[in-house]
Amino acid sequence: MLFSGRRRKVNLNAQSELYEHAVQFYVQPPLENISLNEFETFAVERLKLLKTIETLGVSYVKLSEQYKKKLESESKNLNFPYRSETDDRKIPPGGLSECEKRRKDHISHFILRLAYCQTVHNPYREELRRWFIQQEVDLFRYRFSELHSKQKLEFLHRNNLQYDAISAEEKSELQRELIDSTYGVSGITVEQQDFYKVPFQDALDLVRTRKVYLRAGYAYIPHQDIVTIVLNDFRTRLSKALALTARSLPAVHSDERLQPLLSHLSHAYVGQDYSVQKNVGKFSLEQVDSLSGKSFPLCMRQLHQSLRENHHLRHGGRMQYGLFLKGIGLSLEQALQFWRSEFVKGKVDADKFDKAYAYSVRHMFGREGKRTDYTPYSCMKVILSNAPGQGDHHGCPFRHSDPELLKQKLQVYKVPPSGISQILELVKGMHYQLACQKYFELTHNVDDANFSLSHPNQYFIESQKILGGGKDLKREADVPQRSQEAAGGLAEMSEDLDSFFQDG
Amino acid sequence: MPSNVFDSANLPDLLPLYYRRLFPFSLYYRWLTYGGLQKNYFQNREFSFTLKDDIYVRYQSFSTQTELEKEMQKINPYKIDIGAVYSHRPIQHNTVKSGTFQALEKELVFDIDMTDYDDVRSCCSAADICCKCWTLMTIAIRILDRALREDFGFQHLLWVYSGRRGVHCWVCDEAARKLSVAARSAVAEYLSLVKGGDETVKKVVLTDPIHPFIRESLAVVEKYFTQYAIHDQDILGQKESVEKVLALVPEDILLKELQQDFQNERKPENRWTQIRNQAIKKQGAAKKGQHFEKEIMLQYCYPRLDVNVSKGVNHLLKSPFSVHPKTGRISVPIDLEELDSFDPFAVPTISLICEELDRPRRGEEDEKLDDTKENEKDAAERRKIRDYKRTSLAKYVKHFDQFLAQMAQSWKGDLLKKSDLQKQF
Repeated sequence: MLFSGRRRKVNLNAQSELYEHAVQFYVQPPLENISLNEFETFAVERLKLLKTIETLGVSYVKLSEQYKKKLESESKNLNFPYRSETDDRKIPPGGLSECEKRRKDHISHFILRLAYCQTVHNPYREELRRWFIQQEVDLFRYRFSELHSKQKLEFLHRNNLQYDAISAEEKSELQRELIDSTYGVSGITVEQQDFYKVPFQDALDLVRTRKVYLRAGYAYIPHQDIVTIVLNDFRTRLSKALALTARSLPAVHSDERLQPLLSHLSHAYVGQDYSVQKNVGKFSLEQVDSLSGKSFPLCMRQLHQSLRENHHLRHGGRMQYGLFLKGIGLSLEQALQFWRSEFVKGKVDADKFDKAYAYSVRHMFGREGKRTDYTPYSCMKVILSNAPGQGDHHGCPFRHSDPELLKQKLQVYKVPPSGISQILELVKGMHYQLACQKYFELTHNVDDANFSLSHPNQYFIESQKILGGGKDLKREADVPQRSQEAAGGLAEMSEDLDSFFQDG
Repeated sequence: MPSNVFDSANLPDLLPLYYRRLFPFSLYYRWLTYGGLQKNYFQNREFSFTLKDDIYVRYQSFSTQTELEKEMQKINPYKIDIGAVYSHRPIQHNTVKSGTFQALEKELVFDIDMTDYDDVRSCCSAADICCKCWTLMTIAIRILDRALREDFGFQHLLWVYSGRRGVHCWVCDEAARKLSVAARSAVAEYLSLVKGGDETVKKVVLTDPIHPFIRESLAVVEKYFTQYAIHDQDILGQKESVEKVLALVPEDILLKELQQDFQNERKPENRWTQIRNQAIKKQGAAKKGQHFEKEIMLQYCYPRLDVNVSKGVNHLLKSPFSVHPKTGRISVPIDLEELDSFDPFAVPTISLICEELDRPRRGEEDEKLDDTKENEKDAAERRKIRDYKRTSLAKYVKHFDQFLAQMAQSWKGDLLKKSDLQKQF
């Protein structure tokens, strides 16, 4: 992207040539000049699209019918391209033509690159960068999957993506293995399509899920899964491009119109991160037991209970629970006391605790090592990363428990049978956060929780509001739900962004 | 007769002897330089030491073998861990601008720990192991070794006994050392079949068709299952353990049938046959849960990996030839040719090998003549080689040497190319 004053008139013809295809590899940055207003709207709307992608990815199987339907309607709403054909005959009044949508797609992608490339030396920003790449990859996956096979081939040609197909002999020799290992192929489909042999590092998604045949370090990918390799290319290029963009950032930093906007954009993916401790010391350690029954989400309640029972938690549990407790306002001193007093009841004596565990508690509070102030885990993180293993109690109970055990647990916690079956139904549909929200509604006796759950600490705060934290409730109600109308001055603009990110 | 009994109170006396006369420094250095193909590969490697009273020292690094040797002989670490190769010398990690100090490469490592099998072994729990449950480690090594070689194409796998209750694998191929975090975690996940913590009863779920990797793994489990699970662990003998197995049967009707069958049948082998027969019957009929007997076998025997250890490039892992401070056993490389007869209790302790050193020497006179011809440093080096050869450590060091020789073969070609380029004929 150019920030110097170079002007270039883009005529309509050139534009339609530039945006001839619905799916882009984003090789060329946009060269035209755009208004600050457009800059902001484009960026915010793409961010909104990426957030939708993230949410959909947790609630639905990627590329399932529902997933695609929702993504299509969100793309439509936000005026992003969603069809592979250009069809400009029916532009709704005030809407954008397909070509304009593609332009918006192009430009907004590059704006967010600017916002998310700054990660140097900061794990939190590093996580943001990874988040951005992941959502862009998922968006690309969806769009690529919507292309007809002819368009896909065209896309590969246009972008110079060539892969080696195996010979017919090799294919027939490996037929049984290919059928048994490749997702959704039968004898006939094996014969009909090409298989590409690529280093397994280029098809990690298929390797991870064991949906491909592996031999001697090579993955055998059927043409129908070629998207995997293309995606891998997309991811690698984007990752490299971000690193390059980061180097040119000083130029952007010196632009005082863009800098605050970009920094807002990049921070804005999880809403609140709950690392700011407003309530330090609000609760005493004696209250934790009763709070865990009343206001903790199930995951934390489960961790608390097993900590009390076993006087120990393994690393994954200590991190998930420890950071949550930090988020609800435990001070470092309280946290040390909390963990120590529980661990010494088990096999760990005070001396061993101080040597082996106290460090990690201080680490969580950013007092050791890299001195990063770690943020409590969001639902997304709990659900998607570091699944519990033998002896672990962390993770999301709705995601990581057997339905039968979950049912028993809910019965013990006196959730009414009708509620339990509703919850189990949601779990079956993989709507883990909705299941948790249902659990919230049932245990707090409200019909509609009135918030969209994305964080264990949010659960806690909402619960406290209902259980008598009237003060908090009022403060929150003062914040009006602002719309996204474009604002004039920059100060107002950032405020608007804030409100957008808060209700997201 | 030297004994293998170890008392941790003796460590401060034994360690100096071990590091001075027995630790195979030169092979160790040869390993971690990887033929010198990459500059500063050894120099930028992190070592970390655990000293007496659990004092932990991270980010140590050394420029030469001698420097490493001297330091280890000076501080006599209770435990040695190996970390990543970094962008800078780890010892200087505080002096470089934060963020630029980064872990670049490391062997792909696997850590299998017996405690992760606690829900499926009845003989011991936690840190305890016995010959019965050790079979689990044998199975784990067989399955992973095959997959890493045949599926992923790696060749240089060093399997090491951890010294107490598990095994480690160091995949030393260049391609493995260069893997990204994402690739490491993909490999680890490909290799993980047992999923779920204490809140999950059924930890293995298979879908049809069965992936060749799982088929191969099952073939390994088959070989050990009857002896190990049915006889040694007796999983179909006692009421309690039978119930645990039956909890993995997918359907109520099937479960009732099996419960009835078991009423009239006490012999564990026959009970297992009944389960198999039910499964075979099922395979003709229904789609779902048709592989339940395989799922049971895998849940009881399939290797349980600590995925987090494999994922991180900067994760530390206990070094081969480090002493286990609790058991005194040396972390020795395991020769897969003799895997089935590998006995963790026969692995020498530091007490044993130090005692063996004190036994009277034989054949010393003949060699003395040669010694005088060499300079003193060589003589010292050779004395050390002779030292470990007189102990039970010898065969493990020999195996390590063979492993390194094989690896050296693979980069011979690279070295030739390099020298051709430099025109040094």
